[in-house]
Amino acid sequence: MTTLSTLPPSGQAPSTQALQKPRKPRVQKRDWTGWKFIGPFMIVFALVLIAPVLYSIYLSFFKDQLVGGNSFVGFENYGQALTDPKFWESMGRVTLFFVVQVPIMLGIALFAALAIDSARLHLSSFFRIAIFLPYAVPAVVATLMWGFMYGTKFGLVGNLNDFFDLAIPNPLGNTWVLAAIGNIVTWEFIGYNMILFYAALRVIPTDLYEAASLDGANAFRIIRSIKLPTLRPAIVIGGIFSVIGSFQLFNEPSILQSLAPNTISTYFSPNMYAYNLSFSGQQYNYSATIAIIVGLITAVIAYIVQNSGSRKEV
Amino acid sequence: MKAPHSNTRLRRTALAVATGLALSVSLAACASTGGGGAETGTADDIEAALQEETTLTVWAWAPAVEDIATAFEKKYPNVTVDVVNAGTGNDQYIKLQNAIKAGSGAPDVAQIEYYALPQFALSEALVDLSDFGLDSLEDQYTASTWGSVNLDGGVYALPQDSGPMAMFYNQAVFDQYGLTVPTTWDEYIATAEKLHAANPNAYITNDTGDAGFATSMIWQAGGQPFTTTDSTDVAINLQDEGSKKFADTWNQLLEKDLIAPTSSWSDEWYRGLGDGTIATLNIGAWMPGNLESGVPEAAGNWRVAPLPVYEAGDTASAENGGGGDAVLAQSKNKLAAAGFVEFMNSGEGTQISIDAGGFPSTVADLESDEFLGYESEYFGGQKINEVLVQSANDVVEGWSYLPFQVYSNSIFSDTVGQSYADKSDLNAGLTDWQKAIVAYGNEQGFTVTE
Repeated sequence: MTTLSTLPPSGQAPSTQALQKPRKPRVQKRDWTGWKFIGPFMIVFALVLIAPVLYSIYLSFFKDQLVGGNSFVGFENYGQALTDPKFWESMGRVTLFFVVQVPIMLGIALFAALAIDSARLHLSSFFRIAIFLPYAVPAVVATLMWGFMYGTKFGLVGNLNDFFDLAIPNPLGNTWVLAAIGNIVTWEFIGYNMILFYAALRVIPTDLYEAASLDGANAFRIIRSIKLPTLRPAIVIGGIFSVIGSFQLFNEPSILQSLAPNTISTYFSPNMYAYNLSFSGQQYNYSATIAIIVGLITAVIAYIVQNSGSRKEV
Repeated sequence: MKAPHSNTRLRRTALAVATGLALSVSLAACASTGGGGAETGTADDIEAALQEETTLTVWAWAPAVEDIATAFEKKYPNVTVDVVNAGTGNDQYIKLQNAIKAGSGAPDVAQIEYYALPQFALSEALVDLSDFGLDSLEDQYTASTWGSVNLDGGVYALPQDSGPMAMFYNQAVFDQYGLTVPTTWDEYIATAEKLHAANPNAYITNDTGDAGFATSMIWQAGGQPFTTTDSTDVAINLQDEGSKKFADTWNQLLEKDLIAPTSSWSDEWYRGLGDGTIATLNIGAWMPGNLESGVPEAAGNWRVAPLPVYEAGDTASAENGGGGDAVLAQSKNKLAAAGFVEFMNSGEGTQISIDAGGFPSTVADLESDEFLGYESEYFGGQKINEVLVQSANDVVEGWSYLPFQVYSNSIFSDTVGQSYADKSDLNAGLTDWQKAIVAYGNEQGFTVTE
C-alpha cells in the first residue's frame, strides 16, 4: 500500500539533481547549499517513502513460514504472483473499474466545472460547495452510508421496491457490486475533480473570451477551442490520480465486505488481497511482492496516461 | 573466543569476592527478577510473585475484565493491571501475531477464543500453564472447555466463558403460525417450510455463511474434519460423515430459499430478530445478553430450547464461540500473569464475569442452584440456564480446530460463501474451502494431508 503512493513522487528525485548541475562548472568546491535546503525534506522522504519501498523489496525475496521459519527464495514469490489466478482476477476487476468508472467520473466533473464556470448558473457558489462536499466526507462514512442505502430489506433500495412495487436487483449482488462501488467512488470524487478543472478554468484570461465572442464564437465553440485545450493538463492530472485511485481500490470494498461477505471476496482488489495476505494470512513476503507488482503496473499505466495526454498538448 | 570469556568471569569472581556487599545486593536483585520471570513455579511461587511490585498488561475485550482487574488490584495492592482493548477477536489476533513476530510488545495475558488458541499455542507463543501447576484445575471446568485449552499435552489457557449451542426461538411467531418447537433437523426444515409459506417475509433463521457456525454444526454432527498430530501434521477432511451430514441438511434449507440472506450482527439482523422475520437462532449460550441489549423490543417473546439433533431422541451439542485467557511466552512476569489468569477464571473473577452476562465454563457455577434457578424476565420467566447447562453437558467430544483456523475462517466466504450466494450445494463449497486451506497449510510449512 505504501509502495503505490511512493512511486509517483519518486519521479521528483532526478529533477532536484538536475537543478544542481548547471552550477558545477562555476564552483570548484562542492556547494552544499541546495542540499541544506532540501535536506530536511530528503530525510523525511527517505525515511517514510524510500525506506519502506526498499524494505518491501527486501521482504519480497524471502519466505517466512509458520513452520520452518524464514528463508531466502529469490524471485519465487514473483513467479508465484505472476501465475496466481486470484491476483490476476483482482487486477482484471480494478482494470474494468478504471476503464468504466474513470471516464464517467471525469466526464461529470468536467460538465459540472464548465456549468459552474459558464456564469449562466444561479447560485454557482452553492453548487460548487454542494458538489465538493462529498469529498469532505470520509470514505469510510460515505461507504457505510451508501451501504445502508443499498440494503434490499431495510435500506433505501428495499423501501423503493416496497413503495413503488419495483424489483431493483440487489446492488451488492454479484452482478452489480462493481457498479455499486463505482457509484460510491464517483459520488466521492466528482467534487475533487470538479475543483481541479474549475481552478484550471479560472486562470483563463477573460480577454480571450472577449476576443472569441467578438469573432462570433458561441458558448460551445468557446468550450471546444479555448476551455478544453486549457483544461488538458488538469484532465491529465485528474486521470493520473484516478489511475492510482482505481488500482488502489480498498476502502469501499473492504467496508462493504461486512455487508456482502459472499460477493466481495478477500481478493476483490489487489490491495485487499495484499492486506488480507499480510494481516490475516501472515504471508508478509508474498503480500509485499503483490504490492510491488501492483505499484509497478500502476506506475506504467499512469505513465501511459501522462504521455498520451501531453503528446496531444505539444 | 573461549579464553577471554572465562577470563572475564574469573576477574568478575575475584571482584565479587573482594566486595562482598555488592555481591549480595546484586544476588538479591537477581533473585527477585528471576522470581517474577520464572518459567515454572508452584502455587506458593505465584503467591510470592503477587506480593511484589509488578505491572501486568492484559489484552481483552470481554466487558468483565476491567472489573476483574479492579478486584484483583484490591486483593494484591502491589500489582497494577493494565487492561487494553486491542480489538475484538480477529483484530486483536492480528496485533498479537504481529507482536509475537516482532519479538516484543505482546501483553502478559491475552484473551483468545478457543478456535484461535491452537494457532498461538502450537507456534509456542503461549506458556504451558501446567508448568505453573494450573493443570490441577482441570476438574473445575466442563470437559468441552477443558478439551479446548488442553492441546498437544499442554494447557495453554484457562477457560473463561463458553458457548454451548441452543436454539433460541421467538415464541410469539411460533404461536402466530401454529408452529411446534422442532427437536430434530428434519422437523426444523418442515417448520421452516410452514413458516415461510405462511409469511413469505419470515424465515426460520438467517445465514449468509459463517465459518464459526458451520464448524460448530459439523462438530454437533459428529464430524472431525481437522486433526493435528505432532503440531505440524494436519489432516483435513471436510467431506467426512459429519461434515456431509451438516451440508446435506443445510442444503435443503438453502436450496428452497428458507434462510434469510441476512448477515449476523448487521442492522437488518437485529431488526429481523425484533420484528419476528427471523424466527430462530442456533447459537452459543452467550446470546441472551446480546438479545436483551440488542433486541429490547422483543422482550418476553424469546425462549430457549435444546439444539435440534439429527436422530430423534439423541442428545448432541457443540460449542460455538467462547474463549479463555493465556499467558504469553514473551511475558517477563509469568508468575504474576499466571496468578491473574487463575484469579480471573477460577477465583473471584468467574462471578464477576457471570454478573456481566458471560456464560461460565466452571462446573461449580454451572451447577449452582442460583445459576440454574435464574428466571429470565426477557425470556418470559423461563429458567434458561437449565437448557443451556444441559447443552454444555451434551457437547460432542473429540473436536479440534486447525493450527491456522483464524486465516482459514477468513477465507470461508471466498469459498463456502459462494455456495450460499448461488444457493448451491454446500458440499462443493466445503471442498473448495478444503483445497484453499490445504494449500495455505502446505505453503506455511505444515504437512497437510487430505
